[in-house]
Amino acid sequence: MLQIDLWKRVLIWAVVATGLLLALPNGFYNRVEQHNDALAAIEVAGETDELREQAAGWPEFMPSALVNLGLDLRGGAHLLAEVRIQEVYAARMEAFWPDVRDALRDVRADVGTIQLDQTAPEDVLRVRISQPEGMSTAIAQVRALSQETLSMTGTLTSDIDVSASDDTLTITLSDDERAATAERTLLQSLEIIRRRIDEVGTREPTIQRQGSERILIQVPGIGSAAELKAIIGTTAQLTFQPVVSRATEAGGNPGIGNEIVPSVDEVGVFYTLESAPVVTGEELVDAQPAFDQNGRPAVNFRFNPSGARKFGDYTAENIGSPFAIVLDDEVISAPVIQSHISGGSGIITGDFSVEESTNLAVLLRAGALPAGLDFLEERTIGPELGQDSIDAGKVATTVAFAAVLIFMGLSYGLFGLFANIALIINVALIFGLLSLVGATLTLPGIAGIVLTVGMAVDANVLVFERIREELKTAKGPARAIELGYEKALSAIIDANITTFLTALILFAMGSGPVRGFAITLGLGIMTSVFTAIFVTRLLIVLWFERRRPKTIEV
Amino acid sequence: MRLKLVPTETSWDFFSRSRLWLGISGVMMVVAFVSFVLQGLNYGIDFRGGTTIRTQAETPIDVAQYREAMAALELGDISITEVFDPSFDENQHVAMVRIQAQDDEEAVSTEVIERVEAALVEIAPDIEFLSVESVGPKVSGELIQTAILAVVLAIGAVLIYIWMRFEWQFALGAVVALVHDVLLTIGIFSELQIKFDLAIIAALLTIVGYSLNDTVVVFDRVRENLRKYKKRDFREVLNLSINETLSRTVMTSVTTLLALISLFVLGGDVIRGFVFAMIWGVIIGTYSSIFVASAMLLWLGVKRDWSKTDPDAGNQYSGIDA
Repeated sequence: MLQIDLWKRVLIWAVVATGLLLALPNGFYNRVEQHNDALAAIEVAGETDELREQAAGWPEFMPSALVNLGLDLRGGAHLLAEVRIQEVYAARMEAFWPDVRDALRDVRADVGTIQLDQTAPEDVLRVRISQPEGMSTAIAQVRALSQETLSMTGTLTSDIDVSASDDTLTITLSDDERAATAERTLLQSLEIIRRRIDEVGTREPTIQRQGSERILIQVPGIGSAAELKAIIGTTAQLTFQPVVSRATEAGGNPGIGNEIVPSVDEVGVFYTLESAPVVTGEELVDAQPAFDQNGRPAVNFRFNPSGARKFGDYTAENIGSPFAIVLDDEVISAPVIQSHISGGSGIITGDFSVEESTNLAVLLRAGALPAGLDFLEERTIGPELGQDSIDAGKVATTVAFAAVLIFMGLSYGLFGLFANIALIINVALIFGLLSLVGATLTLPGIAGIVLTVGMAVDANVLVFERIREELKTAKGPARAIELGYEKALSAIIDANITTFLTALILFAMGSGPVRGFAITLGLGIMTSVFTAIFVTRLLIVLWFERRRPKTIEV
Repeated sequence: MRLKLVPTETSWDFFSRSRLWLGISGVMMVVAFVSFVLQGLNYGIDFRGGTTIRTQAETPIDVAQYREAMAALELGDISITEVFDPSFDENQHVAMVRIQAQDDEEAVSTEVIERVEAALVEIAPDIEFLSVESVGPKVSGELIQTAILAVVLAIGAVLIYIWMRFEWQFALGAVVALVHDVLLTIGIFSELQIKFDLAIIAALLTIVGYSLNDTVVVFDRVRENLRKYKKRDFREVLNLSINETLSRTVMTSVTTLLALISLFVLGGDVIRGFVFAMIWGVIIGTYSSIFVASAMLLWLGVKRDWSKTDPDAGNQYSGIDA
């Protein structure tokens, strides 16, 4: 009659035990967290007595995975950045123009004079030629400049599209090349943002791409989103450029191959510089915050061998003339070259605070971002608010739990007790699963757990009510219990699958806290079905085998 | 002695006034919709962009003074609401400041936030900024689309699932009940002007899930009883099924409400709106699974016998009522 195979019993208890074991570390959150941090620190920096002691705070053989706390519980900053990929397209076309110009000049006899249309969008080159009948020559000439690029589908295609109408030649990047460029730019940006954040050394940052041009950054424990933006929002393009002249107004023609750049700390001062840099930040191998001989904050840097050679040659030839250190299109300083600098290292001085020089060193070490970032969304949650939410969540969960336990006990007596044991196991299993998959617990996630506590008894209620009904008609309690489970099953499955469907959709569509809710709701559905169908049933069967009651009351 | 919320055996007639209930539900849906159209929802920054700052100070909050301090910054529409919660200390004064999205800014500007914070520090030197959240108009536009899509997808998925497991009449009945629940929830948010943000969408979907849970349990019993009592009147079978599952329906609603109410009272003000939506949804969902979904099913009718085909089908008498 009421039979559960031995192997099934073993399996059920094994699952429950594993779940409880996985959930256990969360009961000692601080201690386990210290243990984990200490282990990580030992890995990086070697052992110290203090670290060893912290690591010993939690036994090695126990599982040590914890539920991650979301930003809304732990405090921290969240940023959604969009990479300005358009800038990269524009830069590509800008760099392409001299080649096009030279190529068309070679066939001047056929195409006549050429003129670049300045009103064209930045990522399009529009060239007017004075002899439209030579257009086919012009197109062939420009096409010859194109390079092959590997498209997403794995075929080789041209990196530019060339088209013509009347006297105008239009050159754009091909779609494949755009896609490839966008992909490359995003991956580079991700990598550099990751490096910069790692340099600052916060724990467990999340840096993810979202779609084709966005990056989501979440850093727990950081003071504010503004702080985070200061670290990752700067492109940090560093160049060393020869100075042509210094002026106090921005107007005037810089001359071919030159550009006008403002000074960062002298208001109203502009430098005319040669556009082609002597050396760029890409050739730096190290940068460290330091102090200059006057004790002001500065940044020490060192070039790689080729950078060092270029820099050495240039300084040797230009003793006595100024050169500019340019960061993101602003002149940080423009010292006069005193002597031949041969060692490949130097110092950047400017009007820095200690913090600024530290940040600048970080940025230079991590490398420049390939394109600027726009911040579409930012959130800062203070640690106090997070702690308040955790405290409130704990109290609410405990009270909810107690209320449901009492109510179930009152309504179903002994069977209610079985359901209650299953409910406790259920919540432990949720935490065990959350730890196992490394999911993040958010404030709505806590609400999801509370909701699960309320709804988890549903499956048991369905069964118990069914058993009550069957008791009226069936022959004996054992048969009633069996029929109760059998007949309630389809309702349990249908009801839970439909709720699970909505949890899945929430998970797929939601982000951040909402996704946290979907995770706990979804996991809660799985564990509550498991506990109702298997655990409660096993408990009832065990009890029944022992007592063999003639009648039961549900 | 057992606690019994519902007598062991009931045979209440749930359909004696089914037209009245359907009518009331219909009117409520219209009211909710009109309120939504006329008054609109009090969208949070997730959906309309802008910045919210949660402040905390020891000095009591003078909303007029806060407003005045920020008026000089010319940031357009600013709303300041004081937040109350039983868990706050006596001299813990919390306010939410909301600034609309700035027209010329696609991205979020740190400078605006800094200016607001500076202005507030001036009038309340001990002020703390517990959280600062900004969403640009681009993202908020996308979020609203995703949210609508999520709700529509959820309802669609459910429609298909129930259609597969039951008959189309059941699916239609369940979906009408869901639309009813979602509409009434949106209606109450519009009527009470409670902040409507991403979390509320999560609540809406949970309501969809919960209401469905209830409906499916009733329908499952209807399906079973239809097979068992082949001769009984459809209305009778439907009523019997609701009565048989009534005890379960009430038990589950009560346990869920117990849990939610403790969260509503003790869970802090940050998620109160979210929990309110769910409490409302559980009540509405329980009601709708009986008075809307089942009433719709009664009205639509079902094909009673799945195994046999109509013996007269296809012959010359098929169209004639004997």
